[in-house]
Amino acid sequence: MPSTQIIGWFADIGLHDRPQVGGKGGSLGELQRAGIDVPPGFVVKTDAFERFLQSLEQQSPLRARVESVDPDDLGAVQACCKELRARVEGAQLPSDVLDEISAAHATLCTRPAETPVAVRSSATTEDAIDASFAGLQDTYLWVTDLAQTLERVRSCWASLYSVESVTYRRKKGLPEAGVAMAVVVQQMVNARTAGVMFTRSPLTGDRSVITIEGAWGLGSAVVGGEVTPDRWVIGKITGEIPVREISEKQIQHVPASGGGIESVPVPEDLRRTPCMSDAELQALRAIGRNVERHYGRPQDIEWAVERDTQKILLLQSRPETVWSAKEAAPVARPAEDPLSHVMSIFGGRR
Amino acid sequence: MNQPATTKGFPLPSSLKVVKGTERAQAAYPYHTQFSQGDDRRFWFYNSMHFPEPMSAFDMVTAEAAYCALGAANTRVHCLPTTLGIDHRIINGRVYIGGNAVTDPAEIARRTQEFQKRAFYYYANWERLYEQWRGKMKALIQSAQALPKPQLPEFEPLANVHAGKGVASNHELLDTYQKTLEGYFRMWHHHFEFLLLGYGAYLTFFSFCKKAFPEITDQTIARMVAGIEAEIFRPDDELRRLARCAVELGVDSKFRDGVSPAEIIKSLEQAGPAGRQWLDELQTSRDPWFNINVGDGFYHYHRAWNDDLSMPFAGLPEYMRRVRAGESLERPVGKLQEERRKLIEDYRELLSTDDERAAYDQMITLAHRVFPYVEGHKFYCEHWYTNLFFNKIREFGALLSSHGFFPDAEDVFHLTHYELKTAIIDLMSAWSNGSAPRGPDHWPQIVADRRAAIREWAKHETPPALGPVPDVIDDPAIVMLWGITRESLDAWLSASDDTESKEVRGFAASSGVVEGPARIVKSVEEISRLQKGDILVCQVTNPTWAPIFQKIVAAVSDIGGSMSHAAIVAREYGLPAVVGTGNATSRIKDGQRIRVDGGRGVVTILQ
Repeated sequence: MPSTQIIGWFADIGLHDRPQVGGKGGSLGELQRAGIDVPPGFVVKTDAFERFLQSLEQQSPLRARVESVDPDDLGAVQACCKELRARVEGAQLPSDVLDEISAAHATLCTRPAETPVAVRSSATTEDAIDASFAGLQDTYLWVTDLAQTLERVRSCWASLYSVESVTYRRKKGLPEAGVAMAVVVQQMVNARTAGVMFTRSPLTGDRSVITIEGAWGLGSAVVGGEVTPDRWVIGKITGEIPVREISEKQIQHVPASGGGIESVPVPEDLRRTPCMSDAELQALRAIGRNVERHYGRPQDIEWAVERDTQKILLLQSRPETVWSAKEAAPVARPAEDPLSHVMSIFGGRR
Repeated sequence: MNQPATTKGFPLPSSLKVVKGTERAQAAYPYHTQFSQGDDRRFWFYNSMHFPEPMSAFDMVTAEAAYCALGAANTRVHCLPTTLGIDHRIINGRVYIGGNAVTDPAEIARRTQEFQKRAFYYYANWERLYEQWRGKMKALIQSAQALPKPQLPEFEPLANVHAGKGVASNHELLDTYQKTLEGYFRMWHHHFEFLLLGYGAYLTFFSFCKKAFPEITDQTIARMVAGIEAEIFRPDDELRRLARCAVELGVDSKFRDGVSPAEIIKSLEQAGPAGRQWLDELQTSRDPWFNINVGDGFYHYHRAWNDDLSMPFAGLPEYMRRVRAGESLERPVGKLQEERRKLIEDYRELLSTDDERAAYDQMITLAHRVFPYVEGHKFYCEHWYTNLFFNKIREFGALLSSHGFFPDAEDVFHLTHYELKTAIIDLMSAWSNGSAPRGPDHWPQIVADRRAAIREWAKHETPPALGPVPDVIDDPAIVMLWGITRESLDAWLSASDDTESKEVRGFAASSGVVEGPARIVKSVEEISRLQKGDILVCQVTNPTWAPIFQKIVAAVSDIGGSMSHAAIVAREYGLPAVVGTGNATSRIKDGQRIRVDGGRGVVTILQ
């Protein structure tokens, strides 16, 4: 089925569609269009959320309810959020929204049959450099059928009305009319290994290295800090690997039999084994360089190695924010007499 | 050796005792190189990079000549703002050195003005001055080659008499000896004419890179600057060429492990035109490229390939095997140059601003300008000239030994250069008077004493440093030449506290991880113990050991920085290398299984 007002396939969207597809969705589309392998999927656009919310507003005001709450009154915020989340999670979807998500899900999941999906919130403000909602929204892994998918889509929308989100918006005085949420639905990667990659050093900000962290199983164990990942520092340009820290990886996240994921112990003989080969690290480095070049700035990337095909897929890429925000003094300036640079060595301590 | 610790730092010089029974050998060294009370106030470190083994009495001339020249260049010629020259002391055959920092700001300012008038002139006129330098060096080498072999005929040759020469052969001995010695001291001045300026320009770029790219590895910076066709690669290139020739001419079957070079050459002489053609090719390579010695040139027994073909010949069978396997041994010069250009460009692109890019361009331009000297001088100075020098002294040894001064020509190296002059004058007098020289009654016992002392000294570890640890090492010469910084000293201090640790740390010189048996090679004579698959653990690695780099799987050294030639050769061979560990040769036992992580600079003892 083609992309519509309500759903957008990755191939049809990009970063400039952020207002409709959110940061995460836009970035996945952008990656796919740049020729980077990502798990196939679509975005439930903000338009779907808007239609859904309109149907709720018709029953009783929702946005006005948020705007009237006092962020310093924790009890009031909690009560308000509880009520609104229940409404969002319990309500019927408008029929056009229901139909289109169902059709897209069927297209995505028939080959191979019953493919599980990940359902991930994709906020329109998330990943923006100035105001970050990162971490305030949700990701649901290994969602096995349409009914659960629809439920998780509503859960993502409901996360906009978590106590943290509402408090944050109210303290910043953001108008509720601008608050929208897109949701990414993509094929789940049964990861042998997964992790994160920074195309600069998180320690020093050095742009000439790529830092990769990874562990066995799904990336949620690494992102959630439940396992100490293996860590490599790789020369972005040279490919040399000056740092290799192979840790004791005790647990891994794997698909649970009834859907969702579970944490299981890593077999004894794999715990101290590097979860990535050098060839895979080099392939990942090349991908990281491509993505960074595509965006023109350092990236913070989530990746996975598919268990059966051993293929490397990117799950997310967003601009690195910590070092990019720092105003670094120039290391050196050109000198009128180029020779005078040597005084930095011969001139003694300054 | 006793090591009573000072409160914070290394043992004091005064606590370091001359090994019992070697006092007379110690006394042979000049008074100004003996430690004295005042030396306790200063920081000294053992120059194991250049002098990793106890030095014989004669070989100490290298320390004397080199520090005279280094000091002159720093203190008086280029006027480095923050440092003067380097003092040296000798104890138990070990050379300790200490820098002379300039700390008074007014004096630094005064010297800075002088420095800029002098050093900047060199930088600005580098190519011309370096070309002139090559001319001077080649002339110096020619004049050393032209010195006559010292000999004393029974009667002065008739031709000399008829020509009215008026100066007899005994005087020629003195003349030749003095010219030999003078040439060696002069060579060291040439050696240091550019060296510190070259390293300084390199280090300027190096520290810029470290600031702009805090996690860049030293070897990456070295790769951006290193030349592709430096003289130091030539001897090994020649070996590869000879291996190819032998295979093409079909004479490669003559080269087998365990057959001596003399036997191989003999069998080639009998192998018809192909054999003789290969020998001609060998001759072409030998002059001058086999004037490379198997060490750093600082020991008389680091013989040149030309004097002992066993080192180059040891590498030939493996090269021939690779040629037969269809491998090209040719260094892909064009490809290497292109890679270097791309590397520089890619790093440049990562810089944040155009200002930084402009500064980067200025600094790397200067580094490229100076580096041919940094890489090239060694072949002319430490190898070619030094070989001529020690061989000339060897000729004096043969002459004195033939007159009964000592049993073996090599024994001459147990005399200091002052004593050697005395012995020569003794022989000159005896020849002229017609009486017997006194040397045969005087020297044999002294030579035996000193030979024993060196054997004894080699058995004793010596502390890596002496005296109080300075707060900061701000002497560019010491940082540049020896890689010694406050951090490396702290590492040495903690290493002596923590001998139980299974890890030995050093500079990451060439990346890669490999495991294998450690082979501790403390002197050049032990090189033959290396087996295929061994990890070389030595005090100082040396590029002239290149042929053996194809046997080993990794290299570890006590001393050396990531820009040392050893590190460059290791990278060239793609071998992991960790250098500058301080004490790998004493911490690791021969035959132990170790893991070398050349990217992190860590050696792990596995058993």
